Amino acid sequence: MTPGCCTGCTPNWVAREHRLFAMRTLRQAISVARKDLAIEFRTKESLNAAGAFAIVILLLFSFAFDPAAEAVREIGGGLLWLVFAFAGALVFNRGFARELPNECLDALLSSPLSASSLLIGKAMASFVLLLGVEAVSLAVFGIFYDMRWWIQPWQLAAVFVLATWGIATLGAVFGALTVNLRLRELMLPIIIYPLLIPLLIAAIELTNGLFSAEPLKPDQLLWGRVLIVFDIVFTALALALAETILVN
Amino acid sequence: MREKVVFGLAAVSAVLLAYDLYQIFLVLPDEAAQGAIYRIMFFHIPAAITGMIGYFVALTLSILYLSTGRLRYDSLAASIVEVSVVFSIVNIVTGSIWARVIWGIWWTWDYRLTSALVCVLIFCAYLIMRRAIEEPTQRARLSAALCIFGCVDVVIVWKSIEWFRTQHPGPVLSIRTGGGNIDPAMERMIYLNLLAILMMAAAMVLVRTRQEQTAREIDSLRRLANAA
Amino acid sequence: MPDAIILEHVWKFYGDYAALRDYTLPVSAGSCCALLGRNGAGKTTLLRILAGLSPFQRGSVRVFGEQPRSDKARRQLGFLGHGIGVYEDLSARENLRFFAQVASLRDTGATVESWLERVGLARVAEMPVRQFSRGMRQRLALARTFLHNPGLLILDEPFTSLDDRAIAMLSELLTEARARGATIVLSTHQLREALAIATHVALIENGRLRYAGERTEEMLNDPGLLYRLHTELGGA
Repeated sequence: MTPGCCTGCTPNWVAREHRLFAMRTLRQAISVARKDLAIEFRTKESLNAAGAFAIVILLLFSFAFDPAAEAVREIGGGLLWLVFAFAGALVFNRGFARELPNECLDALLSSPLSASSLLIGKAMASFVLLLGVEAVSLAVFGIFYDMRWWIQPWQLAAVFVLATWGIATLGAVFGALTVNLRLRELMLPIIIYPLLIPLLIAAIELTNGLFSAEPLKPDQLLWGRVLIVFDIVFTALALALAETILVN
Repeated sequence: MREKVVFGLAAVSAVLLAYDLYQIFLVLPDEAAQGAIYRIMFFHIPAAITGMIGYFVALTLSILYLSTGRLRYDSLAASIVEVSVVFSIVNIVTGSIWARVIWGIWWTWDYRLTSALVCVLIFCAYLIMRRAIEEPTQRARLSAALCIFGCVDVVIVWKSIEWFRTQHPGPVLSIRTGGGNIDPAMERMIYLNLLAILMMAAAMVLVRTRQEQTAREIDSLRRLANAA
Repeated sequence: MPDAIILEHVWKFYGDYAALRDYTLPVSAGSCCALLGRNGAGKTTLLRILAGLSPFQRGSVRVFGEQPRSDKARRQLGFLGHGIGVYEDLSARENLRFFAQVASLRDTGATVESWLERVGLARVAEMPVRQFSRGMRQRLALARTFLHNPGLLILDEPFTSLDDRAIAMLSELLTEARARGATIVLSTHQLREALAIATHVALIENGRLRYAGERTEEMLNDPGLLYRLHTELGGA
């Protein structure tokens, strides 16, 4: 399905076909993402649930330990990413479940939309929603825990974008995989949390590093590499296995 | 035929295991630094290797299933994952006992320990998901996809944690070190026990595969009965 | 006439159970093939295979000479299953606009407006589908299916539970589609309506193809004939 991107060794028209194919995949993915976001902003089903959930968890954590202590600086990253992972599961559960009423999934799959566009579009929509939830949580976190998280804003934004894309991709893949299963809402977290472990470790380490006043150390920067590798590998796998996962 | 193979494998494995146990507990001396507890290694290392081989074979079978669509590969992959998870748990438990004696702690977030644990969690998820899907063909496709994602994830965990904390002893087998790290008699014992455990695992897998196939036959008969 | 769809020795398994056994069925371009059979006979499964929604295990399926999941086949395909396939929380216009974009239609805006007009939903185009009546939903579903002038229509029980206005509209759309050379495959257990439009019929029983051929005048006069002649139960 997905052509390789070996433009150097193929005739020009083949390269052009590939470029057109990639453009079309992207355009269709954006249509799907826009449609999903339009529905979500109208119903606010997962946005409300995930946002409220994130804030409640942040509040509960403040009772678990003294929010003013120096310790917050050391565990802040871990706390935030666990909240995001849990809130993410709520978003992903809705992602494909939204296609079930009226058998919209069949309508989409039998249309010229490719399975990989559909998967990537779903990931894009979840990505935007999750980033929104993260922004709100971060603000609340700063207030509840008296935390100056904006010391290194650009690096922090980069970490959030990279890690959130990884979570959103896996969420879309396994949202699609579990959409027709019994106990769908239970299966999704059981499957994605173990798979997210490397990504979450990396995001936590980097976020903790960025909450301190010092720039990242070289061994912390290695975690950035983990994030990038994770994103690339799982996006590629998602594209390759989209048909297998969606058409069965 | 299959029964004979299973019986043969199990019998040879049992005899070999008895011989190994005799050697390990009554012939080999205590290790200089660790004392008697080092003997747990004769089960810890072969269990780890058996689990790893299992996951690798399951990955191969999953890819084979997706390219050929033969349910035989799926049954085999599922059986292998199940048996591998058991051996991975044996590996973690024996390692933990050893760590309590030598390090004084049950657990540490070392990269080998962490990736072994992540591996068990991922493949437990695989087994749990299989139970949630009724239709065998759909189950096979989705499980194969999950198996591929899981194996890739385990590799990423392994490589990423390798960069930082390591407390686990380094490689001991001479195929990885070039020799000199372990007494040849002990190394020979590890291989012998690995052989015994692999044969045991193979026998278990064959029994499990048979059950999987029978389950599929029953499922198809039930569908036939419902359709008529 | 060339064949729009060629099924050759197609088997579909659920595990070891064969849901479809050894189907060989050519559907020539421009014809209208009605799949007949009782509930659970395998009609929906067959239609899902043709629409590329369900994989099959043995045999080969060609839609306009391509795999059912290929780009070219899906570009030509209009599929209407049991569900209406539109989003409750979007308006009629947004729904059609989305499906037009996904189909990469050139003149999205104008196409959507003309279809809204045609199915009589222009006045309520801004209303979310959630608030539509049953008949309005069905007409929207028809617009969604026919939006991109598909060359192959796969319709699963299209007449079931339609109201009169929608039935008239569907018949009109099907006639029009036939006129521009489209191929139609539809399943139904309402014999009379189906036989009236069909040029060909295929009868399915227990995952087996019992009869495939042209629709004859005799069948029109005696809809039960086919069942009596070709099924094991003899239409009892």
